[in-house]
Amino acid sequence: MSTPAEKTSDLLKSGSNLEKILAAGHFAVTAECGPPRGADPEPMIEKSAHIKGNVDACNVTDNQTSVVRMSSLAGCVILQQQGIEPLMQMVVRDRNRIALQSDLLGASALGIRNLLCLSGDHQTFGDDPQAKNVHDIDSIQWINLVRSMRDEGKFPSGKKLKGAPKMFIGCAANPFADPYAIRVPRLALKVAAGADFIQTQCIFNLDKFKTYMADVVARGLHKKTAILAGVTPIKSAGMARFMAKNVAGMDIPADLIKRVAAAPKEKQPDVGIDIAVETIEQIQAIEGVAGVHVMAIEWEAKVHEIVSRAGLLPRPTV
Amino acid sequence: MITGDPKALEDIVAMAEPHDKIILAGCHGCVTVCRAGGEKEVQVLASALRLAREAAGRPIEIKEVCLERQCDPEYVELLRPYIADYEAVISIACGAGVQFLAEHHNKTPIFPGLNTTFIGVAEAQGVWSERCQACGDCILHLTGGICPVTRCSKSIFHGPCGGSVQGHCELSADIPCAWQLIIDRLESLDRMDLYEQLHPMKGWRTSRHGGPRKIVREDLTK
Repeated sequence: MSTPAEKTSDLLKSGSNLEKILAAGHFAVTAECGPPRGADPEPMIEKSAHIKGNVDACNVTDNQTSVVRMSSLAGCVILQQQGIEPLMQMVVRDRNRIALQSDLLGASALGIRNLLCLSGDHQTFGDDPQAKNVHDIDSIQWINLVRSMRDEGKFPSGKKLKGAPKMFIGCAANPFADPYAIRVPRLALKVAAGADFIQTQCIFNLDKFKTYMADVVARGLHKKTAILAGVTPIKSAGMARFMAKNVAGMDIPADLIKRVAAAPKEKQPDVGIDIAVETIEQIQAIEGVAGVHVMAIEWEAKVHEIVSRAGLLPRPTV
Repeated sequence: MITGDPKALEDIVAMAEPHDKIILAGCHGCVTVCRAGGEKEVQVLASALRLAREAAGRPIEIKEVCLERQCDPEYVELLRPYIADYEAVISIACGAGVQFLAEHHNKTPIFPGLNTTFIGVAEAQGVWSERCQACGDCILHLTGGICPVTRCSKSIFHGPCGGSVQGHCELSADIPCAWQLIIDRLESLDRMDLYEQLHPMKGWRTSRHGGPRKIVREDLTK
């Protein structure tokens, strides 16, 4: 006879802390760390000090904006060494299915239990615009491939794996990108492919997000996947204007920019933090939202304050 | 059609530099249609090349020809009676034509006079755009007649990605988002049911990733 605790763990797909937190019904908190642009692990270790104790898992980005950085896998291992559960981001831009599967197996062997499957920013935006892009499979096919490797213990060829990868599988969703009509159907596709959790694009337009979530709930998708709403603190009115103008699918209402701009420059970061905290408070009241993903881009030092003021500390132990 | 884009004159002058007597060969096929390598372009390029060489004090003799096609043996063989009298050939056919000339005339250097660009269509006068990557396994019946492999910058099978902005790709306002086009078309065909279909991972063996390709039609070879 197994104990109730063992039974629960038997039901888990990966056994990751994030999965357990969500399975226990807690409002989950994740954050993210971008690995450094070099081989020195110190910047990653410094960032991790701001994250530790404030989150259930921490994303490690994979050459975001197509700029070469330390690999996500290495960054995850560094976080692990610092006592933080990593969430490995993998983009399909740079690796074909052979390399993706291989790195997945390696990550699982090293104890990484959370994965975020992404397309990746186009390489022409980075420092190596002449690079060949791979896109052998797309991010939804990658979700599906990981799911089948985990749940069926098989390679796509049908050959049996010697040890299936244990991964809590996630992907991104942008409630604000064009065209809106397919936002929820596209989420449904990701869920059908095997996404256990979703991290959304930064939410500034709460009204639009509420409409999106109502549509998600109407289709019952929130019961099939855990939706973590993305929140980014704004450092300045200039940053908000830049993001609104230059980042695809970023919806920042003019009123919100006005509110930040109304404060003196040195006070604008405080207003940005206030907005992030208020956003998290409001998000918690929206049906179907299972957690928050705090993307304090190169501002990890503020994660503790945001999560603490939103009343989400201490993080539960499961 | 296969489209082409003429190489810069200085590049062609550099290729021809060691030679004093060359053939400039155009093609009446695709590159004539896209105005990059037909009879008229042969005349224009030959004149420009002659002028450049005269200016450099080393005149060049150029025989101007335009073959019916440079991708069929009977036409590339038409150079045989006189090719030995020339030091080199500059072909302004597509890359297939340049290579086929080289295969048939192995004692003469053959140089490319244009860059082969893509399989595409004439959108408007003087405007061509890509439509097909010849992946060898067409799925246009599932995507509203719009190819995500070719027209999506990330070749994704379940789009659009987060970079779709007001109907265009994040790479450029000049590139329509393929998935926006697919969705618009599926909506107009009342086939949005196809949108939520999971496409299995594409087999790329039929594409160039399986090595150089060949078609053997038994019904025609006998």
